[in-house]
Amino acid sequence: MITPPRRFALPRWSELWEAREVAYRFAQRDILLRYRQTAIGIAWVILQPLASAGIFSIVFGQVANLGSDGIPYFVFSYMGMLAWNLFNNVLGRAAPSLVSNQTLVSKVFFPRMLVPLSSAASVLLDFFVGLVLGVILLVLYGINPGWAVVLLPIWIVLTLLLASGLGLVASALQVKYRDIGYMLPWITQILLYASPVAYAVSEVPAKLRPLFDANPLTWMLGLFRWSLLGAAAPPGWQVAGFAAVAVGLFYVGAIFFQSWERTFADVI
Amino acid sequence: MTGGGYAVLVSHLGKSYRVGRRGYRANTIAEAVRERLLHPLRRTHYEEFRALDDVSFEVPWGEAVGIVGRNGAGKSTLLKLLTRVTAPTRGRIELGGRMGSLLEVGTGFHPELTGRENIFLSGSLLGMSRKEIRKQFDSIVEFSEVERFLDTPVKRYSSGMYVRLAFAVAAHLETEILAIDEVLAVGDAEFQRKSLAKMRDVAKDGRTVLYVSHQMQTVTTLCTSAIYLERGRIGYHGPVDGALERYRSSFATFAAEQSDPDRRPGTGEVRARAVSLSEESYEPAEDKVVEIELDANTGMIGTYFVSVHVNDDNGVVVIQCDSRNVGINLDPSRPQALTLTVKDLWLKPGRYTVDVFVCSSGILDAWEAAAVFEVLPVSPYPEIAGDDALSSGVVLSDFSYDARPVSKP
Repeated sequence: MITPPRRFALPRWSELWEAREVAYRFAQRDILLRYRQTAIGIAWVILQPLASAGIFSIVFGQVANLGSDGIPYFVFSYMGMLAWNLFNNVLGRAAPSLVSNQTLVSKVFFPRMLVPLSSAASVLLDFFVGLVLGVILLVLYGINPGWAVVLLPIWIVLTLLLASGLGLVASALQVKYRDIGYMLPWITQILLYASPVAYAVSEVPAKLRPLFDANPLTWMLGLFRWSLLGAAAPPGWQVAGFAAVAVGLFYVGAIFFQSWERTFADVI
Repeated sequence: MTGGGYAVLVSHLGKSYRVGRRGYRANTIAEAVRERLLHPLRRTHYEEFRALDDVSFEVPWGEAVGIVGRNGAGKSTLLKLLTRVTAPTRGRIELGGRMGSLLEVGTGFHPELTGRENIFLSGSLLGMSRKEIRKQFDSIVEFSEVERFLDTPVKRYSSGMYVRLAFAVAAHLETEILAIDEVLAVGDAEFQRKSLAKMRDVAKDGRTVLYVSHQMQTVTTLCTSAIYLERGRIGYHGPVDGALERYRSSFATFAAEQSDPDRRPGTGEVRARAVSLSEESYEPAEDKVVEIELDANTGMIGTYFVSVHVNDDNGVVVIQCDSRNVGINLDPSRPQALTLTVKDLWLKPGRYTVDVFVCSSGILDAWEAAAVFEVLPVSPYPEIAGDDALSSGVVLSDFSYDARPVSKP
């Protein structure tokens, strides 16, 4: 049964589930394509966060002499980059995904939501490769994160939800307004410095502290550092807040995407 | 299952597009926001273009339905609605089973992926489950004849191999309803024959096929009934012959409409005033002569040229005679009279239409079906052979055989 679209509709989860094969093949395609015809392949995944953590150590740790809550600066910023990259890359890959799959969107039917959602798969793979190196760093520096490490999968899932929710909105908007493609990298660049990725939130002057505390990415980084570095646990309201924001944004993103979905083929 | 046991039930279906709101449309957020701020009260005015309007029909199970019509009649829009690629504006569609669609060759194919990977990717996009693809995998590979190159990226395939593999995946789609958009017109003759046979099997299995085309020949061979679309509405629905009849007779009304310059597309800077043929009918090998009279436009800068197409009854463009090819560019400051002589073209017996296009940087005048001529059913060849010696091919030709018996070495 096909009828004209209504204004608001909830995503049809069962339809998404039935088309899971498409999502799997998209994810497989993305991953294969990224390392085919590259000379050192998977090594790129490790080199990128290592290099940025190295630069951060020099610029922020040595030159600016910012503190890192007593944790060796290099591993502190490496773990920060790991969490940040997960968020940033899921969002960054999801946003242009519909436009770069233009021919598919205008030629065949499948739940469009699979395109931005499945683009998260390759990012997740990168994250796990980076995490393995992170564990090696922990052993080298002799850091034991403690029991909080078991909560890590929850933070990963919540980060995925948060980034995908924003990614769904950005990808739907980009179908009509290509401005998103220029705006988004610029916004995330600002966010990178506005969030405590390369420095500890304790280094922030007290005057500005409320601003930083209101940033969900601050909460995210706190949670990751708690689970990965054994840093102090973030306050309970930040844990609850992060979960609520992540789930909420994903839901809003899905509804927004859904209400735009059926015009994609006409405007892309 | 839908009521009445139909495979497809379409009622009062309509699709409108918004076109050119006074030549302005927001393409960036900034433009959209500025427009809203400057004119907060202005209701946006769109001109509505009805690509499909109040279309209702039903297709019983096991039928192969051809959807025919001129360019822009709404064939592709209808197919896109049926396959859910785009959403209808009005009306509803009920489908009695899974709908598979072949709107292009190589859906989802990625040049960097290998043949094997592409089979799985394309198959899943077309709606096959992993189990179905696995089950069909061997016969897909066999059908496509590319087994040796399965693990080679398809970017290294020849275009023929690529098309064969892409079609093979699509041909093994086992949905109850299948929508096809002229993908058959690909590949070499041998592969086309194979594809056609495959498509016929699909219909024989009791599955339902919707086939969009302007190639009348394939519709006749493939379909059991046909729908003729005319400007977004159903002009005819019934046996194939009737639809073809409508399609052909629409030439008369269409040609009459086109003789009014105001109803023709093009900028109108220079219009053809009259197009005529030296005769109403020709013998196959005779020279065909087209006379074209063109208006003047003193305000126009530069020159223009003329391109004449000759189409057969099935809508195939047999020849294109572009005046640039023979170094003719025309001066718009005075009226012009042109004579086009087509030599050495052996046409098959049948009815042909002549389209005249007047162009410079864009199209100034597009006069389709400006003239019609008949080619008489006589053979231009020296010997009389049976009909089967003339039936294949689009045109005839001035050929010769030189036979030299060769003694065995």
